[in-house]
Amino acid sequence: MPDQLLFAMEVTLNGLMAGVLYALVALGFVLIFKASGIFNYAQGVLALFAALTLVGLQEGQIPFAHLINAIFGTEVHHFGWHLPGIVAIALTVGVMVLLAIAIERFILKHLVNQEPIILFMATIGLAYFLEGLGDIMWGSDIKKLDVGLPQGISDTIDATTANWFGYGFFIDRLDIVATVIAALLVISLTLFSQYSKQGRALRAVADDHQAALSVGISLRFIWVLVWSIAGFVALVAGIMWGTKSGVQFSLSLIALKALPVLMLGGFTSIPGAIVGGLIIGVGEKLFEFAIGPMVGGATENWFAYVLALLFLVFRPQGLFGEKIIERV
Amino acid sequence: MFYREAGDFKTSYVDDGQTFPIKFDRMRYYVVLAVAFGVVPFVINDYWASAVFVPFLIYAIAAIGLNILTGYCGQVSLGTGGFMAVGAYACYKLMTGFPDINIVFHVLGAGFVTAGVGVLFGLPSLRIKGFYLAVATLAAQFFLVWLFNKVPWFYNYSASGQINAPERTVFNVPVTGPNTDAWAKYMMCLVFLVVLAWVARNLTRGTIGRSWMAIRDMDIAAEIIGVNPLKAKLTAFAVSSFFVGIAGALFFSVYLGAVEVGEAFGINKSFLILFMIIIGGLGSIFGSLAGAAFLVLLPVLLKNLLVGTLGWPTDLAAHLELMIVGGLIIVFLIAEPHGLAQLWRIAKEKLRLWPFPH
Repeated sequence: MPDQLLFAMEVTLNGLMAGVLYALVALGFVLIFKASGIFNYAQGVLALFAALTLVGLQEGQIPFAHLINAIFGTEVHHFGWHLPGIVAIALTVGVMVLLAIAIERFILKHLVNQEPIILFMATIGLAYFLEGLGDIMWGSDIKKLDVGLPQGISDTIDATTANWFGYGFFIDRLDIVATVIAALLVISLTLFSQYSKQGRALRAVADDHQAALSVGISLRFIWVLVWSIAGFVALVAGIMWGTKSGVQFSLSLIALKALPVLMLGGFTSIPGAIVGGLIIGVGEKLFEFAIGPMVGGATENWFAYVLALLFLVFRPQGLFGEKIIERV
Repeated sequence: MFYREAGDFKTSYVDDGQTFPIKFDRMRYYVVLAVAFGVVPFVINDYWASAVFVPFLIYAIAAIGLNILTGYCGQVSLGTGGFMAVGAYACYKLMTGFPDINIVFHVLGAGFVTAGVGVLFGLPSLRIKGFYLAVATLAAQFFLVWLFNKVPWFYNYSASGQINAPERTVFNVPVTGPNTDAWAKYMMCLVFLVVLAWVARNLTRGTIGRSWMAIRDMDIAAEIIGVNPLKAKLTAFAVSSFFVGIAGALFFSVYLGAVEVGEAFGINKSFLILFMIIIGGLGSIFGSLAGAAFLVLLPVLLKNLLVGTLGWPTDLAAHLELMIVGGLIIVFLIAEPHGLAQLWRIAKEKLRLWPFPH
C-alpha cells in the first residue's frame, strides 16, 4: 500500500479517537439542553473544575490554600495524604453533585421562564465564576492527572499493523480506553433515560416543562439530577483530557471544540453528538493532514466551525436535530 | 424637584421626538459633554488615560456596535473579537499603504472593511438563528484570528508577526505612535465615540432601528407585516461591524500601538464585550456606555484594592476578579435582566415623583 494512504488511515484513526473525546463533551451539552432547554456554555469549565478537584483531592491539597495564605500569612499547602484514584473519583462525583445542587438553588431556580438566551448568558457567567473558583481553590499551575489509566503507544496495534501493512500505526492506549468508556457511558445513559423511572421523568421534562409539572414531576429534582449527570460526564471528559495533556486552563476550551460538534449533530440528539464528534474529529485531522501544510497549518482551530457553518446553511437543524417548526 | 416635565411645553414635532424630553436631562447631557471636552483633556495624565479613559471610550464604541446587533436586532454574536481584529488589521494596512492620508479616514475605512466582512459572516443568519447562530459567529472569531496569524501579507511580513502603529497626526498633533500625549489619545477616541453614539442613537429610533427591533421581537411576524429580514439582518450586521471595526482600529492604533492578534482579539474579548452589554443593558445606547465603564473600572478597582491595599498576589486577585465578574453577571441576570440601563430608567421614574411620591 502507498505510504500516503497509510498515513491517511492512521490520521483517520487518530481523528476518530479525538472525535470520541469531543463527543464526550458534547454529550454533556446535549443532556442539559434536552432536559432544561439550557445551552450550557459552562460544560467545558465543569470538566476543568472536575479535573482540578480530582487532582486536588488525590494529592491532598488544602482547598483555598493560596487565599488562606494571602489573608492569614500562613504557609499551608497539603494535608499530607495521597488518595487512591477510585476514592478521589468518588469524592469528586460527590463534589459535582453538590455543585449541581448549588447551581439549581442559586441560579436556575431564579431564572425559570426566562428566555433561553438569558439562561445561556447565565451559564457564561457561571463558566467565569467556576474558572475563578477552581483556580482559587486548587491553584492555577499545570497539574498532572494520573488515576491509573494506561498511556503511551499501543504495542499490540503497532505490531499487528506492522505485520499487515509493513507500517506500525501509532495509537495511544489512552484513546482506546476513552473510546470504550465513551461507548459504555452512552449505552448506560441511553438505558437510564429509556428504562428507569427518573429517566422517563427526565424525558417528560424535556418534552414539556409544564405538563411534566402538572403530573407531579419535581422540576427542581430533575434539574439537580441532570446537572449532576452533566457534572459526571464532565468529570469523565476531564479525566480523559487531563490524563492526555495535563490539567490546566486550556482544558476548559474543549467546550469550544464541542460546539461545532453540537451544531453538526443537532442540539437535541445523543447519537448526533457521537456522530458529529466523529465527523469533526476525522474531518479536522484529515484537513490538517491534506490542506494544512499548504496554508500554514493550525487549521484545527477553525476548521470544525467553518464545516459546521457551511453544513448549517443547508440543514439548519443539524444532522439529527428535530425539525424546527415555528408559528406566529 | 428639578427633574420633571411639568412646564416644559413641546410646541413642535421635533421637540416632541427629541432624545432627552426632560429639560434637566438635556442640561445634564450638555454638562457631561462640556466636562468631557473641556475639562478632562486638561487634567488627564498617562495613568488615567491608559487605565481608564481610553479603554472605556474604545470599549464603549464596540459595545454600542454589539448592542445594535444583539440588543436591537436580536442576533447573538460571539465574533466581536474577530471583527475588532479585522478593523485593526484593515487600519494597519491602510496606514502603511496610504501614509499621506489622514488617520481619521483610515479608521473610517477600517470600519467599512469590517462592515463588509461582517455582512459576509452575517449571511448565515438568514438561515439559522439563536444558539446555532451564536456558535456560527464563533467561526468568524477563530477563522479571522487564524487568518491574521498565518497570512504574512496582513502584518507586512514583519518578523515578529506583530503589527505596529506608525506615528500619524491629526492637525499636527500626533495621535498614534510612542510620542502621543495622553490627552490626544483621549480626544481622538472621545470624538469618535460621541459621533458614533449620536449616529447609533438616531439610527435605532428611525425606520431601520424599528425594523431591527421588529426582527428581534419576532422575526416571522415582522416578515408578515412587511419588514424585509434580509435587509434588516444584514444592515444590522453591517452597522454593528462598522462600529466594532472602528473600535478595533482605535484599540490597535491609538490605545495599544502594537498588537499580537491572538492576545488582543481572542475569544475573551468577544465575551468581555458581550458582558458589557448584558450588564449595561441590551437594547440601550446608555447601557453600552454604562456596561463598558463598569467592566473597565471593576478590574482597576479590584486590583487597587486587593493588590495595592491588602497586598495579595496579583494572580489571586485576577482569579477573584473572574469570580466576581462571573457572579455579577448571574446576579444581574437574576435581579435585573435589563441591566444598568433599566436601573437608570427606574431611578429616573422615581426622580420625577421625588420628593412627593404619592
